[in-house]
Amino acid sequence: MNHTDQAFQEILKTSPYKPMKAKVVRAHKYTEHEKFFRIELDGKKELGHAPGQFVQVSLFGQGEAPISICSSPTQKGSFDLTVRRIPGGVMTPAIHALEAGSVLGIRGPFGNAFPLDKMHGNNILIVAGGLGIVPLRSLINYILDKRKDFGEVQILLGCKTPKDMLFGDEVAQWQKRADIKFNCTVDKADPDWKGNVGLITSLIPGVTLSPKQTYAVVVGPPIMYKFVIGELLKKGIPEHQIVVSLERKMKCGLGKCGHCQIRSVYVCQCGPVFTFEQLKEMEGECHEGECHVKA
Amino acid sequence: MKYAVIDKGELGRWFDSLKEKGKIYGPKKKENAFVFRQVKEFEEMSLLYTPTILPPKKYYFPQKEFLFKFKIDPFSTGKAIKEFEEFILFGVHTCDIAGIQCMDVVFNEKPADPNYLNRKEKMTIIGIECMDYCDKYASCAAVGTHVYKGGYDIMLTDIGDSYAMHINSEKGENLVAGKKYIREMTEADREKFNKAFEEKLKKFHNEFEGELKEVDESFDKGFSSPVWKDVGDRCVGCTNCTAVCPTCYCFDVVDEVSLNLNDGSRYRVWNYCQMDDFAKVATGEDFRQGRDARQRHRYFRKFKYSVQKYNKYFCTGCGRCTRTCMAKISLVETVNSLLAERRGK
Ligand SMILES: Cc1cc2nc3c(=O)[nH]c(=O)nc-3n(C[C@H](O)[C@H](O)[C@H](O)COP(=O)(O)OP(=O)(O)OC[C@H]3O[C@@H](n4cnc5c(N)ncnc54)[C@H](O)[C@@H]3O)c2cc1C
Ligand code: FES
Repeated sequence: MNHTDQAFQEILKTSPYKPMKAKVVRAHKYTEHEKFFRIELDGKKELGHAPGQFVQVSLFGQGEAPISICSSPTQKGSFDLTVRRIPGGVMTPAIHALEAGSVLGIRGPFGNAFPLDKMHGNNILIVAGGLGIVPLRSLINYILDKRKDFGEVQILLGCKTPKDMLFGDEVAQWQKRADIKFNCTVDKADPDWKGNVGLITSLIPGVTLSPKQTYAVVVGPPIMYKFVIGELLKKGIPEHQIVVSLERKMKCGLGKCGHCQIRSVYVCQCGPVFTFEQLKEMEGECHEGECHVKA
Repeated sequence: MKYAVIDKGELGRWFDSLKEKGKIYGPKKKENAFVFRQVKEFEEMSLLYTPTILPPKKYYFPQKEFLFKFKIDPFSTGKAIKEFEEFILFGVHTCDIAGIQCMDVVFNEKPADPNYLNRKEKMTIIGIECMDYCDKYASCAAVGTHVYKGGYDIMLTDIGDSYAMHINSEKGENLVAGKKYIREMTEADREKFNKAFEEKLKKFHNEFEGELKEVDESFDKGFSSPVWKDVGDRCVGCTNCTAVCPTCYCFDVVDEVSLNLNDGSRYRVWNYCQMDDFAKVATGEDFRQGRDARQRHRYFRKFKYSVQKYNKYFCTGCGRCTRTCMAKISLVETVNSLLAERRGK
């Protein structure tokens, strides 16, 4: 064993499986299926995360579920989660039952993060499809708080219908800001909708950012990657500057249980954020939408 | 460290002296197979055995491992890391010791696993060298685990009327210290020992039709091989292969709540990548669909991913997966098919 006695004793002190106590301080439903939670750790301890990381939400007797942190680390004293309720699921309906004042367990933060170091000074193109806006909200709010650290910023947001839109209050703010470009599209409009109608891919040809100085961060369902990444490559954005976040089944978050593995990569530790360049190396084990690009 | 010798007639006496150190687990015959069980008397053990149904893994990575106690309301958690007792694994084959070495690497990798490290710390390993093949399913020579390469406290080698003891740790030294019936290895003993080793090596041969380097390359090239379809077509998805493997460590985390519906415990329990819901998420998306993909994953975890991640083969050649397979899928045959394909046959 390669541990010194002292390091060994440190490891034995606590278990990485034991969640921290936390409390819901605010909860509200954005849509029929998605609910927002603001959470404080016991003693208002900082979670200490970076945009792109996730936590394991622990409800004793029910289990755990990996959930992206959707607030920026610049928000102090609390952090936010947004959870989609999956009918027939165990954890997501149980999480939805939480209200302000409810107590829950939190482990983490886990995973790598969006490559902020590399993104600094570059243009940022954010492409959010469906629930993808959840982890991206952390990044967007971070960028807005540190706006001068980045070049031009453009956000493309796609959802099924106007009713499915998350963070509507903030989206309205983003739309008004002069220091970012914001475009939104819905697959299907309703009578009140005045914006774009169509798939999110339809917004990409209109992007004017100079590709070599642009980091594109894309989060959405696997099928979206297939088409969006193809469009981004056509624009001339280099493969190592196209950044995605992957979903996998997860049980431990510690790189041990095996559920999240893609080839030799444990998504919970080495991911969930990968560049398209890295995705291509995992070909065969990643979802066909993720690495078979439609060019 | 050093070598000693014990006459076969004295092994029982030595065994008795070990009892004060803690519980002893060793190979016992059970119907037509062998299992690791607690051993109270030396005679209960069968030191000449084909690999046990399960590897001794159950003692350092239990099938169901307690993580911590919890209370739902008010939210609280109990002490996570329990005190474990010292214990001895007696008569462990070199293949299974290789398995323990693999697990060491996995659970030492950051974030290190306190449960495993804690148990391992309390464990003493007394190995026994195989002087001939256990049966036709083993492929230990191919992966080089038919000879010992560390990972134990004491290794026993049958040299005729006595056992050579390779003492490999301070723990091991303490187990032989002051025992008058254990002697230093003499010139004559050493000759017997060398002879026994020579004879042994004559009996073992590479079970694969190529060197490991070539096996490695065939896995590099073999991701899309038709071999996986063939294996997948035969696989019945029973998960036996992963249940008996000394280097499989996948698990689930589960809660159990007591009858008062407020107190409970969280456990981790063995789980198998051969199960059809292993990589399936709540929305129904299955990230490893089909038995071919799942079998391929199992093989790649033994011959490729572990090499990429830990620079180590995770096949110990124990033969358990082949022995237990309901569909008669053979590890040696699968690897040989990949090799053959690579050679363009
Ligand atoms: C890195 C990451 C970030 C995520 N972020 C969010 C988020 O911000 N908001 C959100 O609503 N959902 C998110 N998900 C998906 C969410 O984890 C699943 O929807 C949830 O685990 C389903 O649990 P369930 O108990 O309701 O379903 P069940 O089908 O009953 O699942 C049982 C158990 O299986 C595992 N599991 C099932 N589906 C998934 C899955 N998709 N991913 C990982 N483990 C799974 C979990 O351990 C879960 O507790 C994220 C997933 C990952 C991997
Ligand atoms: S979630 Fe357990 S290894 Fe990644």
